[in-house]
Amino acid sequence: MANDNERNSMSAEDQSAPSEQGVVAYDRGAAIEQSDTFQNPGLPPHRPRQTDLYPEKERRAERQVVGWFLASMLGSVLAIVAYIALPIEPGNMTSVRLNNLFLGLAIALALLGVGIGGMHWARQLMSSHEVVEERHLSRGSEKSRARAVEIFQLGDEESGFSRRTLIRNTLIGAVAILPLPAIVLFRDLAPAQDAVEAISRTMWTEGERLALDPTGTPIRADDVTVGSAFHVIPESLKDLGHDEGYLDQKALASVLLVRLPLDRLKEAPGREGWSYDGIVAYSKICTHVGCPVALYEQQTHHLLCPCHQSTFDVTEHAKVIFGPAKRPLPQLPITVDAEGYLVAQSDFTEPIGPSYWERLQHVQPEHVQAAAETETRA
Amino acid sequence: MTTTAARPARRTLTGAASNYLDERTSISTFVATLGRKVFPDHWSFMLGEVILYSFVAILLSGTFLTFFFEPSMTEVHYDGSYVPLKGIAMSAAYASALDISFDIRGGLLMRQIHHWAALLFVAAIGLHMLRVFFTGAFRKPREINWVIGFVLFILAMAEGFTGYSLPDDLLSGNGLAIINGMVKGIPIVGTWISYLFFGGLFPGHEIVPRLFVLHIMLLPAIVIAMIGVHLVLMVINKHTQFAGPGKTNDNVVGAPIMPLFAAKAGSFFFIVFGVLVLISSLFTINPIWNYGPYDPSPVSAGTQPDWYIGFADGALRLAPGLESEILGWTVSWNILIPMVVLGLFIVLVMFYPFIEQWITGDKREHHIAERPRNNPTRTGIGAAGIVFYAVMWAAASSDLIATHFRLNVFQVTWFLQASLILGPIIAYVLTKRIALGLQKKDREILLHGYESGRIVRRPGGEFIEVHEPLDEYESWKLKAYDSYEPVMVRPNAKGRITPATHLRAALTRWFFEDRISPVTPRELEAAQRHDHH
Amino acid sequence: MIGLVVAGGASVAVSSVANAEPAAAPHSQQLTVEDGEQLFRANCASCHGLEAEGTENGPSLIGVGAASVDFQVMTGRMPMAFQGPQAEQRAPQFTQEQSDAMGEYIAALAPGPAVPDAEWLDASAVDAEGVARGAELFRINCAMCHNVAGAGGALTEGKWAPHLRDIAPQHVYEAMLTGPQNMPVFNDANISPEQKREIIAYLDYLDENPSVGGFDLGSLGPVSEGLFIWIIGLGGLVGVAVWLTSRPN
Repeated sequence: MANDNERNSMSAEDQSAPSEQGVVAYDRGAAIEQSDTFQNPGLPPHRPRQTDLYPEKERRAERQVVGWFLASMLGSVLAIVAYIALPIEPGNMTSVRLNNLFLGLAIALALLGVGIGGMHWARQLMSSHEVVEERHLSRGSEKSRARAVEIFQLGDEESGFSRRTLIRNTLIGAVAILPLPAIVLFRDLAPAQDAVEAISRTMWTEGERLALDPTGTPIRADDVTVGSAFHVIPESLKDLGHDEGYLDQKALASVLLVRLPLDRLKEAPGREGWSYDGIVAYSKICTHVGCPVALYEQQTHHLLCPCHQSTFDVTEHAKVIFGPAKRPLPQLPITVDAEGYLVAQSDFTEPIGPSYWERLQHVQPEHVQAAAETETRA
Repeated sequence: MTTTAARPARRTLTGAASNYLDERTSISTFVATLGRKVFPDHWSFMLGEVILYSFVAILLSGTFLTFFFEPSMTEVHYDGSYVPLKGIAMSAAYASALDISFDIRGGLLMRQIHHWAALLFVAAIGLHMLRVFFTGAFRKPREINWVIGFVLFILAMAEGFTGYSLPDDLLSGNGLAIINGMVKGIPIVGTWISYLFFGGLFPGHEIVPRLFVLHIMLLPAIVIAMIGVHLVLMVINKHTQFAGPGKTNDNVVGAPIMPLFAAKAGSFFFIVFGVLVLISSLFTINPIWNYGPYDPSPVSAGTQPDWYIGFADGALRLAPGLESEILGWTVSWNILIPMVVLGLFIVLVMFYPFIEQWITGDKREHHIAERPRNNPTRTGIGAAGIVFYAVMWAAASSDLIATHFRLNVFQVTWFLQASLILGPIIAYVLTKRIALGLQKKDREILLHGYESGRIVRRPGGEFIEVHEPLDEYESWKLKAYDSYEPVMVRPNAKGRITPATHLRAALTRWFFEDRISPVTPRELEAAQRHDHH
Repeated sequence: MIGLVVAGGASVAVSSVANAEPAAAPHSQQLTVEDGEQLFRANCASCHGLEAEGTENGPSLIGVGAASVDFQVMTGRMPMAFQGPQAEQRAPQFTQEQSDAMGEYIAALAPGPAVPDAEWLDASAVDAEGVARGAELFRINCAMCHNVAGAGGALTEGKWAPHLRDIAPQHVYEAMLTGPQNMPVFNDANISPEQKREIIAYLDYLDENPSVGGFDLGSLGPVSEGLFIWIIGLGGLVGVAVWLTSRPN
C-alpha cells in the first residue's frame, strides 16, 4: 500500500496540480489553470529541541515523564482507598457526595497521569523528525480495476444473471417484497384497540368528582377561592393502580381548576353553564405537543406552557394569545353535586392534547357549532 | 516455507510472541503497511479523536450502568437512600437509576461520566464537522466519508435522546410527551406510529424497555460499524493536511504511527477520559432525583432537552401557531413546518459536498485542507448555517434567556423568529466580506511584507514603519491555493443549452464572482522592484 | 424616629422611600396599630390609597391580611423599587416591628390571612415520609413555575417566578397563603397547613443538602450543562490538542 519514503525527497510540485500519475487526468472544472506559479520550497530545515541539544534537559524531561506515571499509580491506589474509606452510608447525602468527589478525583489523576506523562514523552523525547509519505490516487490501479471488471463479467457469464432475465427479475421482486411481513409484525407493538378510539376519551363522566392531585381529595366549590389554582384529577383515578393505566389516564384527564372574578368570566356561546360560580376547568395538556400547561398567573389569568411558551387566556375560553399552539385548551363542563362537591357534567367534548390527523372524528357536533359561533363573534 | 526468514534475529520474549502471532495471522503484513503510516499534525485534526475517545468512555461507563439499571416500568415504591422520594410510587427504571446514584459506590460517578461523555461526544462531532466543512476536507475523495460522518451525527443524537429518556424521571418523561405530540402531528400515520411506539396510550408501560434495547444494542451496533467504516476510509484516503512548505497534494507530512502518533493519540485518550472523570467528580449532571418520577401532571420550569436536541425544541418554539382542517383531517403546521425545515436543513448539509462539486465541476482529488478565507462563499454559507442552527438552539432556552437577562420571553421569541431569517443572511454577507478582506491582507503581506512594528525616520524627516518580507517557508501557505472563476454558459455536446447549464453558470457566478487571485511570481517580482525604489 | 420617616414620606413618592436609609435601628419599643397606619400613609398610600382602597397604581389591600403585608414588606418587594413587570426581592426597607404594625393596621381594616403560627413553619417536625410528600406536592403545585430544584423560571411578558433557595419558612408559607402578585393562592383547602409545612421541609432539605454530584451549575438543567461542556469541556480539550500538536522549542 503506502510506499514509505522516510527521507525528505519529495517533489517540489505545485499542490494545486492534480495527481497525474498513470493515465488519469480529472476534470478541473471551474478551477483556474495557472501557468505562472510559485515553487514549493520543500520542508524547512529541522529545528532541534532543547531536549535534543542539552542532555540535562533531556534527563529532566525523563524525570518529569516518570513523575507523571508515578502520579498515575498513586491515583489508582487512592481510588481504591477512597472506595473503601469513603463508603456510602444509607441516607447520608454527604457520604454520597464525598464518595463521588474523591473516587472521581483519584481516577482522574490515574488517567491524566498516564495521559500527560505519555504526551510529555512524545513531545520532548521521541524523534521529532517529520516523515513524508506519498499519496496515490484513491482509485485502484489500472490492473486491479481491469481485473475487477473481468471478474464481474465472468460472474455474470457463469451465473447468467443478465441473460436469464426472468430469474433475475423475479429474484429482485421477491427480495423487494420480503420486508413487508415486518410491517405487519409491528402491529402488535400496541394493543388491538383502535388507536384513534383509545386516545379520544378520558375518564371524566357525568357526576365524576373533581379531586386534588395527588391525594384524590374531592373539592368543594366553596374551597376554590378567587386567585386559587387547583391541580385536579378524577376522583376515581386514585383507585387505579399504576399497572392498570394510572399514568395513561392521568395523562388524558389532568385538569386545572381556577375561579375567575365573575366580571372577568366570559362564557363561550354554547358553553353557558359549563362553569360554576366563576369556577372553570380546563384540560392541562397543551394542544401543541402535550406538555402540562400548568403555569397560572392569577392576576392576568394567563396559562403558560413552560415547554414552548404557548400562552392561553382563561378569561377568553383559554384561547391562544402567544406561542406555537393553535387551539384553545379543551374545557371540562362542571357543576356541583348535592353535597357541594365539584363534579364533571360529562367528558370533554373534543379530544384533549396535541392535534392529530383523525382528531375531528371525535369532536362532538355541539362543540363544532359552538366553536364556529365563537369564531364569527370574534 | 518462510520460518527461518520470519524468525527474529534475537530471541527475546516480544520477538517470540510476535513470531508466534505472525505465524498464525500474518500480522507482520499489516504492521509493515500501516506501522509507519503518516498522520499530519494540527490541533484541529485531533477533534475526531475527542469523539472516538469520549465514545469509548461512553461504552465503558454505559456497560457499568447496564449491570445495575432495570429497564422496566413496573411500579415499585422507592425504598432507597434519598429521603424526599421515600415511599413514592415510581417505575423500576427510575428506582434503579436512583439506586445507581445513591446506593452504589461509584455509581453516581459512572452515571455522570456517561452523561458528560455523551454531551462531549456530540459537541465534538459538531466541532469536527465544522472543521471538515470550513477546510473543504469533504471534497473528493472524501464525500462518502462526510455522509457517513453526518449519519453518525444523527445516530449520536438518537443515542443521546434514547438515553435521556431511560431514567423515566419527570424531565425525560416530558421529553417523551413532546415526542408523542410531534409524532401525532405527522399526517395520516402519526396517530398510529405514536400508538405503536408507546405500546398503546402515552406513556404506557413499554417505552423504557423499548428505548433501552435501541439505546444499548441496535444503535451502538450501527454506530460502531459506521465508525469502523469511517476510520478505514480515512486510512485509505489518508488524512488531509494544511498547505505548508514541503506539503503538497501528493504527500502527507507528519508523524509516523509508530511510535510518535501512537504515543500522542494514546496519551490523548487518557487525557480525554481523565478530563471527563474530573468533570464528573466536580460537576453535577442531570440530577434526576430533583425531578421525581414521571407523572403527566407536573412539569418543571426550564424543561429542556440536552443541548444537541435543543435546535429541534427551539424550532418548535419558533414555529407559527398554525393548524388546518382539510376535508375533516387535521394538519398541524406548527409541527410540520419545523420538521420539514429541519429535514431540509439536514439534507442540504448532508449532500453539500455533492452540490459544491456539481457547481465547481472540479473532479480532482483534494488533499490540502483549504484555509476558510480562501473559499469565501463556502465560508459564508457555513457561517449562515451556524447562525441558523444557533438561533434555533438559543430558542430552546428562550425562557432562561428571559429570566437571566430580565427580558420578556415573548419579545425574546419574536427577536429569535426574526433572527432565524435575517441572521443567516447577515452572517453570510459579513463572513464572506471578512474572508475576502483577509485574502487581501494576505496579498498585501506577500507583496509588501508584514508590518514589523519598527518605525524608522527617513532622511527626509518622515517616519515610516518597516515592512519585512516573509521568508520562503512562511510565505508558502499564503501563496498556495486554488482559485476558481465563474463558468461560461456553453452548449453541450448536442449543441443545446439546458436549464441546468444556466443554473450551474449562475451558481458559479455566485460562488466565484468576488474573488482574490493568488499572487503570482511575476506580481511579486514587480512589487519587490517597486518597493526597492 | 417615626417622625423622621413620616417627614421623609410626606412627599409620598415611592422612590424617596427606596432611596431612604432603612429605618432600621433595632429597638424593642412595641409599635401600635396607629403607628402602622402612620407608616402606611407615609409609605404605601401613594399607590394603595389613603384607606388602602387601591388606586390605578396599586391594588386594594383590604382583606389581604397581615400575612400578605409581612411577605411583601419583609422580602423587600414593597415598597416597589420601580414600576416594572413585577416587584423585585431586595433588602427589607422596614424593621419587623414596623412591618408588623402595618400588618395590624391592614388586618384591622378587614379580616384576611394572618401571619402563620410558628408551629407550621418548623421543618424539624416533619418526618422522612413528610418530606417525600412535600416534594411531591412541590412538583405538582410549584415546580412548573419555580423549577423542581427551586431555581425559578420565566412567566409571561417579562414576569418571572423567583428562586426558592434559602427563603425564610415564614415567607414561603405566606406566599402560598396569599398568592403575591401573579402567584396563585393555595388556601388551606387546597394545601393544608400540614402540607405547607411539608413543602417547607422539602425546601429546607434542598438547602441543607447540596447536590451530591458536585457543583450544580445553577440547577438550570440541560442548558447550563450544554454550555459547560462546550466551553469548559470541549474548550479545554481543544487547548490540550493545541499543546499536543505544538512543537516544543
